[in-house]
Amino acid sequence: MQTRRETLKHSAAVASLLAASGLFPQYAQAFEKAAFEAKTINEAIKSMGGAVPVESKDVTITGPDIAENGAVVPFGASTSLPNVKRVLLLVEKNPSALVAMFNVSPDVEVNFATRSKMGQSSDVYAVAITNDGKAFFAKKEVKVTLGGCGG
Amino acid sequence: MKKIVIALGLIGLSAFALAQKSSSDSIAEYRQMLQDGNPADLFEAKGEGLWVQKRGPKNATLEKCDLGKGPGVVKGAWVELPRYFADTGRVQDLESRLVTCMQELQGFNADEIAKTPFGKDEQNNVTAIATWVAAESKGMKFNLSQSHIEERKMYEVGKRIFFMRGGSHDFACATCHAQDDKRIRLQDLPNLTKNPGAGNGFGAWPAYRVSNGQMWGAQLRLNDCYRQQRFPYPMFGSDVTIALGVYMGVNGKGGETVAPAIKR
Amino acid sequence: MADPMRIRAQAAGDKATVRVLMSHEMESGQRKDGTGKIIPAWHIQDVTATLNGKTVLTAEWGPAVSKNPFLQFTIKGAKAGDKVGIIWKDNKGDTRTDEATVS
Repeated sequence: MQTRRETLKHSAAVASLLAASGLFPQYAQAFEKAAFEAKTINEAIKSMGGAVPVESKDVTITGPDIAENGAVVPFGASTSLPNVKRVLLLVEKNPSALVAMFNVSPDVEVNFATRSKMGQSSDVYAVAITNDGKAFFAKKEVKVTLGGCGG
Repeated sequence: MKKIVIALGLIGLSAFALAQKSSSDSIAEYRQMLQDGNPADLFEAKGEGLWVQKRGPKNATLEKCDLGKGPGVVKGAWVELPRYFADTGRVQDLESRLVTCMQELQGFNADEIAKTPFGKDEQNNVTAIATWVAAESKGMKFNLSQSHIEERKMYEVGKRIFFMRGGSHDFACATCHAQDDKRIRLQDLPNLTKNPGAGNGFGAWPAYRVSNGQMWGAQLRLNDCYRQQRFPYPMFGSDVTIALGVYMGVNGKGGETVAPAIKR
Repeated sequence: MADPMRIRAQAAGDKATVRVLMSHEMESGQRKDGTGKIIPAWHIQDVTATLNGKTVLTAEWGPAVSKNPFLQFTIKGAKAGDKVGIIWKDNKGDTRTDEATVS
């Protein structure tokens, strides 16, 4: 446990260093593909430059309690936290957890909405990664059901 | 002892009732969340472009197409279809009428389009144009004419077909759609014999289906109903499909059109 | 070139809410075809939003974003008449750019 935590801290420190040194854009390119291939929430967040995320009341995820069809599930991810650099949307039980990543600029509100595919009922996470590499999340359980024959 | 048992029983029942209400409320909430940002918009935009685009062997637009309210009049046309057309001598619905216009004005071959599977080639264009035409009547109420004898005839034919049981499972449209408060799993089944079911049910297609990301016109919707009933596929623009359209449309008189809708 | 997007940008006070519908298959790479072969992933990877030419948002999407994707965000300091541009690029290198005026 401790070893893993240290490893993760190290990763976060490395990420921050790279960001500070201006090597970030290049590093980010390699990052992105790995992040979208990551199988777990924590792996994905890690490759997006975030530490192990902590739950926060200042991050909000909106979405339906039940999705009639898992092909299109609407979500909103927002936060009132300052110094946010990225917002991530993740579906825990999807083959790859990371759905989308938004790079925050001073010109946009930290509030994004899109629609995701969900393979099955799952917890869904909105994660805000701040400039210092910390990660904060809010999660919501979404049940997915296949509908009936008509409609 | 008896009082306690009854009280517990009542609590159990009300909890159950609450749980039931929750599910269908949640589904309604899900559907509501998808209303803003209906991908049908994309097809609407495509259809709008196709209406004014010079196409086909005659290199002409569809701007002179008469959908029942005069050449080129699109607003309000949807809520009066299907209707009788003197030039073809038959009652036509939106999609079959669009194909007529594509043949007469643009030189396309109507039979070939009718034979083209849904989701391919010109059928995609028909669907897109139908989506746009329906959208142009948003907020209006269904007001199909029954003044022509052919229109009245088609209503009666549609009614009989609606209730006709057949196929391997002995299904009729009425098996699912002739009673209030019925559902299959989580889908509420509209009662298509009267409003609000008729207006809402008939008036929802063309609709975008999120489950397959496809735009479905009324013709495809009816085709799929027949598939589910284990009937042979009706032909595109056939009298069967149009008659059913007249039956539902007339039943839905006064109902507000919601097309193009978004469905699961 | 891919089908056009639908962009709506509405001003309210000193912000503009932008809603975009993009036309894209967003094939997940999880599905198999009739012969059992995986249908290759084909999806939008990068999304950029601009206000009067200046980049205000970049995003990266994986294959889990729904088909015919929807995106909503709010631009600060935008007013009626400003131009909002949206550019997407997919994993096959195809790209699409569309613009709308804030109303």
